[in-house]
Amino acid sequence: MNPYELSIAQARKELDNGTLSSRELTTSCLERIQAVDDKIKSFYLVTAKEALQQADSADKAIAKGSVAPLCGIPLAIKDLLCTKGIPTTCGSKILENFVPPYDATVIEKLKKEGAVLLGKASMDEFAMGSTSENSAFAVPENPWKADYVAGGSSGGSASSVSAMECLGSLGSDTGGSIRQPASLCGIVGIKPTYGRVSRYGLVAFASSLDQVGPLSRDVTDAAMMMNAISGYDPRDSTSVKEEVPDFTASLSEGMKGMKVGVPAEYFVEGMDADVAKVVEKGIQIFKDAGAEIVDVTLPHTDYCVAVYYLIAPAEASSNLARYDGVVYGYRAENPESLSDMYRRTRSEAFGDEVKRRILIGTYALSSGYYDAYYKKASQVRTLILQDFQKAYESCDLIISPVTPTPAWKKGTYADDPLSLYLSDILTLSANLAGIPGISVPGGFSSDGLPIGIQLQSSHFREDILFKAAYNLECGTGLANKCPEL
Amino acid sequence: MNITVKEVEHVAKLANLNLSEEELATFPGQLASILGYAAKLDELDTEGVAPTTHAFSNKNAFREDVMKESLKRHEALANGPSENGEAFVVPKII
Repeated sequence: MNPYELSIAQARKELDNGTLSSRELTTSCLERIQAVDDKIKSFYLVTAKEALQQADSADKAIAKGSVAPLCGIPLAIKDLLCTKGIPTTCGSKILENFVPPYDATVIEKLKKEGAVLLGKASMDEFAMGSTSENSAFAVPENPWKADYVAGGSSGGSASSVSAMECLGSLGSDTGGSIRQPASLCGIVGIKPTYGRVSRYGLVAFASSLDQVGPLSRDVTDAAMMMNAISGYDPRDSTSVKEEVPDFTASLSEGMKGMKVGVPAEYFVEGMDADVAKVVEKGIQIFKDAGAEIVDVTLPHTDYCVAVYYLIAPAEASSNLARYDGVVYGYRAENPESLSDMYRRTRSEAFGDEVKRRILIGTYALSSGYYDAYYKKASQVRTLILQDFQKAYESCDLIISPVTPTPAWKKGTYADDPLSLYLSDILTLSANLAGIPGISVPGGFSSDGLPIGIQLQSSHFREDILFKAAYNLECGTGLANKCPEL
Repeated sequence: MNITVKEVEHVAKLANLNLSEEELATFPGQLASILGYAAKLDELDTEGVAPTTHAFSNKNAFREDVMKESLKRHEALANGPSENGEAFVVPKII
């Protein structure tokens, strides 16, 4: 077995008992990247030199005695988390030359644990997209099938884990951007409760929806990573002072007494038959494990795409106003005036999808349209949140598909943004309601593409998600299952 | 729903964007289909429903005003596309 094939928990054991060094493990991942990344394109940037230095520091710490759980573990980082001294492009030409002078809080936390950071993972520009095809640089590929999308926007974070180029990664999820690529690539991905993980140093897309979370090859690893990155941060005014439990502690608890809700609205028209089958199998696993299955209703599900694609672009249009060519990033050449500089800088360096969303958001916030679009969407957001509050009165968690279909061929939606937006229908509402959601591998389509199962719980109950996800993983036997490359 | 080229040009101006001929050919139709789809929300009666801007009713996050170390000037200027060691440089305004 190659070291890069190990799960985080397995590697931890080997590092601690001295049968493997972090340098060996890191070298193994770097060689794997060298071997497969020309094809998979998970990484925008590989920081081999820094990674090996971090590995050597980890080995020294391990030799001295007890270390943090992620010490010496090689990870990939979505390229929208600020990394001090290492470029952070957000998949955009406008930030191509940006080198942050500070670390995001989650990066600080990983470094404090002694984790090894292998490099920056490819993504949709400013995290806007569901396929990572909106990257201004490299578009990652689904490791399970050539020419198929890895999902998005954390596409490189997902493909790097699935292709065994790293042991885990960080992504961000504004409308499904962790859970959807995790599902399409056959790995675990969790979007924590809004406020659970600091957003300080996360390049903003839609501030009331963005959340950082881990992607990994099994549920235990995701719980270990969540332990490392969670917690209140005074530098993020929306982070919440809520106690962080040990997320690995609840894993082996059974499902007896748990109520699992099944929302009819999530089994949407046009859903792939294989996806429905995989979720039914998941429901059966919970039943067999002693859980009670109950019907729940989330009546406003059908409106969440409309709500999301007004609120997220509105927030984005405001957040992205900062890219004006003055203090960092790209600047148009030879501007005639300040306003010419602003306009040409933005027009030359933003991609199509980013421009499209800035225009939608600006329209929805503009005079005369604010009430009809932004305010209306914010009101329906309340109804969506209330749907979940009501549903959790009769269940502990909700099971559903993550996406209506498995991965699709690159280019499928190139000229049809609305159809692609509609494929996000099952992941958007968790962001709108601020609740946590996890994608766990559930099975495969008839042509061998992975299909994930989504579990959602109420605010700050990631412990329930981890317990249920672990039970599911035991039932499917799909922990650490990766494709041959 | 119909969105005219003129409307798109107006919104682009508000957003400080110049649009190319090609963009002006595709964006109006795409925006119309997306915003037209959003009109679906009109099916719902939201009279008296309070808008949600954050999933939690966050109170203001106040803190003591304490001096802390911040970025050195050269660090803050390092990413500037044009700077003179003291400030960011932009085209003449006045």
